[in-house]
Amino acid sequence: MTSDALTGGFAKAPQQSARAFRGLLEVMARPGTIHLLEGAAPPAPLSVAAGVALLTLADGTTPLHLTGAADCAAVRDWVTFHIGAPLVAAEDADFALGRWQDLQPLHRFRIGQPDYPDRSATLIVEVDRLEAAGARLTGPGIKDAAHLSLPEVAAFRANRALFPLGFDVLLTCGAQVAGLPRSTIVEDV
Amino acid sequence: MMDRKGWMSVLAKAPPARLAALLPDLPRHSFLRPPEIGSVMVQGRVGGTGAPFNLGEMTVTRCSVRLEDGPVGHAYVQGRDKTHATRAAVVDALMQTGAAPQMHSDVVAVLAAEASSFRHDRAEKAASTKVDFFTMVRGEDK
Amino acid sequence: MYVAVKGGERAIDNAHAWLAEERRGDTAVAELTLPQIREQLKLAVNRVMAEGSLFDPDLAALAIKQARGDLIEAIFLIRAYRTTLPRLGTSLPVDTADMAVDRRISATFKDLPGGQVLGPTFDYTHRLLDFALAAEGEAPVAAKAPATLGPVPHVTAFLNRDGLIEDAPRDDTQPADLTRTPLELPADRPLRLQAITRGDEGFILSMAYSTQRGYGRTHAFVGELRIGRVAVEMEIPELGFAVEIGEVELTECETVNQFKGSKTEPPQFTRGYGLVFGQTERKAIAMSLVDRALRWKELGEDHIGAPAQDEEFVLYHCDNIQATGFLEHIKLPHYVDFQSELELVRRLRAEAMTMQEAAE
Repeated sequence: MTSDALTGGFAKAPQQSARAFRGLLEVMARPGTIHLLEGAAPPAPLSVAAGVALLTLADGTTPLHLTGAADCAAVRDWVTFHIGAPLVAAEDADFALGRWQDLQPLHRFRIGQPDYPDRSATLIVEVDRLEAAGARLTGPGIKDAAHLSLPEVAAFRANRALFPLGFDVLLTCGAQVAGLPRSTIVEDV
Repeated sequence: MMDRKGWMSVLAKAPPARLAALLPDLPRHSFLRPPEIGSVMVQGRVGGTGAPFNLGEMTVTRCSVRLEDGPVGHAYVQGRDKTHATRAAVVDALMQTGAAPQMHSDVVAVLAAEASSFRHDRAEKAASTKVDFFTMVRGEDK
Repeated sequence: MYVAVKGGERAIDNAHAWLAEERRGDTAVAELTLPQIREQLKLAVNRVMAEGSLFDPDLAALAIKQARGDLIEAIFLIRAYRTTLPRLGTSLPVDTADMAVDRRISATFKDLPGGQVLGPTFDYTHRLLDFALAAEGEAPVAAKAPATLGPVPHVTAFLNRDGLIEDAPRDDTQPADLTRTPLELPADRPLRLQAITRGDEGFILSMAYSTQRGYGRTHAFVGELRIGRVAVEMEIPELGFAVEIGEVELTECETVNQFKGSKTEPPQFTRGYGLVFGQTERKAIAMSLVDRALRWKELGEDHIGAPAQDEEFVLYHCDNIQATGFLEHIKLPHYVDFQSELELVRRLRAEAMTMQEAAE
């Protein structure tokens, strides 16, 4: 294991993970809002927000799928030391991390079962820009409508059609994070 | 001198107070992973040799440090004592430096000898309760 | 139906304050320390660790003190605490053949290699109260004899050589963990053993006793009972190899059971297995009997309707925290439930009276 893998975790895990968890709850509860996640320094190419989200949500009991540039030795070692999540194929993942094009095809990810809709994947999607503009979002947690820059619309409409099954999404860019739960209705503007 | 697996095992099982007495002052270090209390699921095997099953958990504290001059040390120790885990991680780091021979003779070997003496002491008590069977002379054999 | 009611807060606070005072008892008597509980009430500590499913003698001692000696309450405290701990990993399966044995006996073979080692046992004591213990200050000393250290082979290995006993072949399938995923039936043997080893000692004892009295009889002998300490090893991902992370005291019991053979299995001895945290031999023996009784299906035996053969009955009722939680909740306010029952009974009575009057 490279010694770079050993740095960049939370220095004060209880406080930092609680603060990050609150931020993640907020973005999932209010789709379209953007929060900042800070306190970790993951290796390239991971964004700070993606690293903090993993440190906060994942552990040895949540299998993780890394894809594209994120699936490199530096990230794998960092995850192994700081998080301990088993690295698995897309079909077995609770969490998946990568850029939108690298996460395709999406049908590989778990969408839960009718009696256990929670047994589904959360995709952490690294994007180049994240702003409250673009696709129109409506649904639970949104007063009237919100807007969010999404990599595409069709995939999220298809995912919404599976409700209460489906995957959930976190979008990360630098320290920014936004959430798109399966319950959100997404439309082109 | 023992290998890394050997000294880490000795440190994991050492009574925290003994380790603290043998190494009261620690060199400067930073935390790569601050001491963290958690649990480890202990497994047994069905029939002693068959399929594994979950027996129950034990408390474990882990810690990773880096000494000022670079060496990295890890520790996974039994119980919930964060200073024990920190000390064990520092010793693990020192055992990879030029200080190893001294660290071995002053700390690790002492703890290993004490553990071995404790084990031997109990084995001797157990041995004293071993049954020596003898057959009584039967009447009709006279 | 559950309805929230307010108003008990002051009463609850005061009840807790009185509980704390009662726990301390007469302050003219010295307060119990945790090391005293850990060292001198060791078997209580062991039971709390086994059924609390967490090996940590200091925590178990604290739980016993806080629970005023109510062991099920203490187990409840430990179970609650363990849910707050992050899971750092899973150990490699412990090697009980490498146990540093304090006690190791066999009821089936007199002259086993390594000998019959009685250890610190209550067996052969006369169960007469020792009034000398009422006076303090004793520090008894155990005898010693020259000892050799090293692995102690299992008794069943000797029977295995002749093919007279079923084998327990090595298998590295990772077991399900009922602390992480809800117990679903049918449960395989590893999952059953996890449930039983943390099950209530009294319940498992009674189930085992019922098999001896004929409710699912399996003719068990204790092939071997051993108590001692084993090292716990775990793979450390950042190192890439396994290290010992501690040592736990365990009691292991292997029963050897008469078996006439079935449609699928030849006549041979079969085995029941018990493995429990701490010096807990009653529990380990009972566990191995219940384990064996639950194996009726895989061994092609008849199901005679005995409780100990009924997986659902045993596994869903052996956990004393589940049991006490459901049992004791009926003492908590059910005012609305009861109000509706009261109204129902009144109406039924009124109807019955009307019918009676009409008949007369």
